[in-house]
Amino acid sequence: MPFSINTVHALVLRYLYLYTRHPVRLVELVFWPLVDLLVWGFLTTYLQRHGAGDFPSSISFLIGGMILWDVLFRSQQGVAISFLEDVWTRNLLNVFVAPVRTAEYVGATCVVGLLRVGVTLVILTLVAALAYQFHLTSLGLGLLPFLGNLILFGWFLGMISTALIMRYGQAAESLAWAIPFFIQPLAAVFYPVSVLPSWLQPIALTLPCTPIFEGMRTVLSGHPVPWANVQSALVLNLVWGTLAALFFAANLRYVRKSGLLVKVATQ
Amino acid sequence: MPGTTPILEADRLVKTFGTSTALDGLSFTLAESESLGLLGVNGAGKTTAMNLLLGLTTPTSGTIRIFGLDLWKHRIEILRQVNFSSAYTALPSNLLVWQNLNVFAKLYGVARPKQRIEELLELLDITHLRKSVTGTLSAGESTRVNLAKALLNKPRLLLLDEPTASLDPDIADRVRKLLRKLQHENGLSILYTSHNMRDIHEVCDRLIFLHGGKVLAEGTPDHIAEKFNRSSLEDLFIGVARGEVDAIGLK
Repeated sequence: MPFSINTVHALVLRYLYLYTRHPVRLVELVFWPLVDLLVWGFLTTYLQRHGAGDFPSSISFLIGGMILWDVLFRSQQGVAISFLEDVWTRNLLNVFVAPVRTAEYVGATCVVGLLRVGVTLVILTLVAALAYQFHLTSLGLGLLPFLGNLILFGWFLGMISTALIMRYGQAAESLAWAIPFFIQPLAAVFYPVSVLPSWLQPIALTLPCTPIFEGMRTVLSGHPVPWANVQSALVLNLVWGTLAALFFAANLRYVRKSGLLVKVATQ
Repeated sequence: MPGTTPILEADRLVKTFGTSTALDGLSFTLAESESLGLLGVNGAGKTTAMNLLLGLTTPTSGTIRIFGLDLWKHRIEILRQVNFSSAYTALPSNLLVWQNLNVFAKLYGVARPKQRIEELLELLDITHLRKSVTGTLSAGESTRVNLAKALLNKPRLLLLDEPTASLDPDIADRVRKLLRKLQHENGLSILYTSHNMRDIHEVCDRLIFLHGGKVLAEGTPDHIAEKFNRSSLEDLFIGVARGEVDAIGLK
């Protein structure tokens, strides 16, 4: 069998044990997103009170952008941090000498990413609704494809982060946190692509998350779901997914050839 | 008694890292129920050989066949029947012992994981550690838990990288006796690296002495020391480390 669900289940179980044994790990999933939400939420409240014209009706973009950005970020973190957990606990060799296919290992980290997104999303959605009357469901039918595309892109960024950490070792582990923020200025999370200088706009449009954030603003402005944006995101995700898989595989081949895999695993 | 069927066949393994050659044409076989030691000073190529055999590193040239199958073409199939323990790896320190063993039992597709875990905890005399946090174990306890993990899938081939390093003599003796028992009762084949001559004498039927990535000598521990006119294997080891012995014998 080329892909074993049982193997993925076993690997996910290891992360579940970790999170349930150490509630402090759950705090990490809740604390930072909540801090972000509070900052952006109060900023939104302030701007709504002191803004002018149609400013108040559109300002919920900030909260929506923050929540959707967190979906992408937690998804990426699920993949990259799961790999780092194995490095930090010197368990990576045990996993790599077990009958685990690369696709199963990556698949398990993606499932962990999905679970992390689930926990964070539920909490942020509730707090945003209760504290700021921002309802994520106001994204309507677009909500699921928006979330799906962001989760996919998060996985692919996670694979790229993991590949770089494998290749450059623990010195590169800050990339696990930094990579999403490299793209954030171009991702149109809090402002439209049109704000960017004209030469940066084509680059921004190569990111699958850009049409999603643009689409979110369209829906929150009272327009129907821009399905063309969802379609663009999906096509871009296919391209990014293929490139991320090739990049991961090439790096895995390289670290096996150069002996870096063992170094990363035992350092 | 070791059988004659080769479980593991390494053929002309070469591994270079840039301009340095870590292994230079290593060939050997390991038979069913045989215990083979890889001995050598630091940098001799033992760990590189182990990493190649585990599929963690790809060889520059040469082939590895395990259970008659090419390692790189049948990696998953082979790894299901192999296991590994090293003094230099650990199970996740933040999980309980039974949680770690349960994860690996599932990864290796063990049929009745709970039953198998209990059997191994008893065999290794660590039943009381079942609910201990792995990171709080002593070196001796940790080694026995690692061994439990390495025996979960009833491997046909066990690769051990200095498994008794940092153990006190009592625990090290228990580990050696257990390995011998498993080898004789279950037909387990063992590939063993160690700097501990007592380990090598007690556990290994045969020995490959590596030096500079090449085979310096091969045979039983006593035969090898004798071949180089040394009083013991330890004496030979020191001689090689100090450059008093080369591939021909005495300098």
